Amino acid sequence: MKRVVITGAGTINALGHSVDDTLEAMREGRCGIGKLEFRDVERLAIQIGGQVRGFEAEGRFNRQQMTLYDRFTQFTLFAAQEAISQSGIEFVGDDAARSGVVLGTAGGGVSTWDDNYRSVYEDGKNRVHPFVVPKLMNNAAASHVSMEYNLKGPSFTVSTACASSNHAMALAFDMVRRGMAPAMITGGAESMLCFGGVKAWEGLRVMSKDACRPFSANRNGMVQGEGAGIFVFEEYEHARARGAEILCEVVGQAMSSDAADIVMPSKQGAARAMSGALKDAGISGDSIGYINAHGTGTAANDKTECAAVADVFGPHADCLKISSTKSMHGHLIGGTGAVELLACIMAVRDGVLAPTIGYEEADPECALDVIPNEAQEVKVDYALSNAFAFGGLNAVLAVRRV
Amino acid sequence: MNIKDRVIRIIAEQAVLEPSDVTPDSTLEDLGIDSLGLVESIFAIEEEFDINVPFNANEPSQSDFDISNVASIISGVEALIAQQK
Repeated sequence: MKRVVITGAGTINALGHSVDDTLEAMREGRCGIGKLEFRDVERLAIQIGGQVRGFEAEGRFNRQQMTLYDRFTQFTLFAAQEAISQSGIEFVGDDAARSGVVLGTAGGGVSTWDDNYRSVYEDGKNRVHPFVVPKLMNNAAASHVSMEYNLKGPSFTVSTACASSNHAMALAFDMVRRGMAPAMITGGAESMLCFGGVKAWEGLRVMSKDACRPFSANRNGMVQGEGAGIFVFEEYEHARARGAEILCEVVGQAMSSDAADIVMPSKQGAARAMSGALKDAGISGDSIGYINAHGTGTAANDKTECAAVADVFGPHADCLKISSTKSMHGHLIGGTGAVELLACIMAVRDGVLAPTIGYEEADPECALDVIPNEAQEVKVDYALSNAFAFGGLNAVLAVRRV
Repeated sequence: MNIKDRVIRIIAEQAVLEPSDVTPDSTLEDLGIDSLGLVESIFAIEEEFDINVPFNANEPSQSDFDISNVASIISGVEALIAQQK
C-alpha cells in the first residue's frame, strides 16, 4: 500500500472564502450563521443558515459558464482552484490519464431544480433553458473539475446525504493508496439554501430557529450551511519528488451502515465506523487526540455520537478532545465532511483545536471534552473526522501529522 | 365529524388501527407511533385543519404542543384552531 498525503486544500463556506480565512474564523470561534437572504424566505419557519456571502457568480464566470454552473458547481470550482494551485500539481501525461475527481454532494443542483420548477409551475412557463439537466446533475461539479484541470482518470460523485464528502474522500484515499491514481481531487459541495431546499428540511422538524448548539443540553436542532471543501490527495513519493508542501497524511478510513432506521442514528453503526478507521490506520484509540464530530446539534445525533465515542475509546474518551464546527459554519450536508476535514488538518498540523461554539449548558449524555466556545492549543498526532448520514450510512477518516 | 374524531382518525391511520381502538388516554407509544410517525401525524393535522403546530422533534417536551396522550393532542389542536382561525 502506498502512503497518501494532502498537498492542497481549498474552501468556500460561511466562515470564509479560503482555507486561511476559514481556519482563522475557527480559531477565533466566529459564527458564520445568520439570517438567510433569498427569495420567499419570509414563507419559511426556519430563517437562519450558514450562507456564503459576498460571492457573486457575475464577473467570476463568463456567460457561457453561468448557464452551466449551478451554485454548488461554482463553489466546487472556486475551492478546487485554491486547492490545486496551492498543491502546485499539474496534470499532464500519465498523471493526467490516471488521476480523477471523486466528490460528494447530497442534492447537487438544488437551486437549479428550484428555479426551474418555479418557472414552469408558478410562472406557468412551458419552456426551460436547454442546459437545465447538465447544470443540475449531481456529477456536474466533478465533471467541470475534470475538464478544467485535465483529469482523465476515474471521476464520479458520491451521494450519501450528510456523509457524502467523507465517503468520497474515503474512496479517493483508497484509490491513491492502492496505486490506481497518483493523485485524486476530492471533497464535496452543497448549496441547498434556497426556498425549496430549506422548506424540505423544515418539514422534518429537526431544524433550530435560533442557533446550532452541539452537545449543549439546550440544543434544539441543526442549522444548514453551504459551500465546498476540495483537496488534493496525492501519493507520498509523488508529492515528495516534486517538493510539494504536505498538509497532513491520510492514514485510514472506514464505512459502515446501520441497517436500522432511515433517520434515527445508531450507536453501533457510528462505533463500527470509528473503530474501523482506527483498525484501517493500524493505530490504537489512545493515539487519537482530536475528533471532529458529526455533532449536528440535534437531540438524537449528539447523544448517540458521544455514546459511540465512549464505547470505542473507553477511558481514553475522557482524555481526547472532540468538537463540532457545525456550530460555526452550519451543516453543509453533502459537503460538510470536506469543510470539517480542515479542522482536522489544523489540529494535526498547527496543534489548534477548533471549538464547539454556542455551548451553554452541560448535558450528562454528552459528557466529553467538547472544547466549549474557545479554541485550544494541544499537540495532536492523529485526528478522526466523523460523518453519520440519514439512511444510516457512516464514513470516518483518520489523519496524521507529518 | 368533530375535531376530536378527525384527530383520532388521523392518529388511527398513522398507527394502522381502527379509530375505535384509539382512546383519549392512549399515548403515542401505546399506539406504536414512533418519532417519524409523530412528525407525519403533526403534518397531517396541520393539513387537515390548516393550522401551524409548534413542534420541534429535538425538544418534544418543551414544545407548546402537548403530545403526552391523544386527549392532550386533541385539546392542543382545539386551542390552535381557536387561536389561528
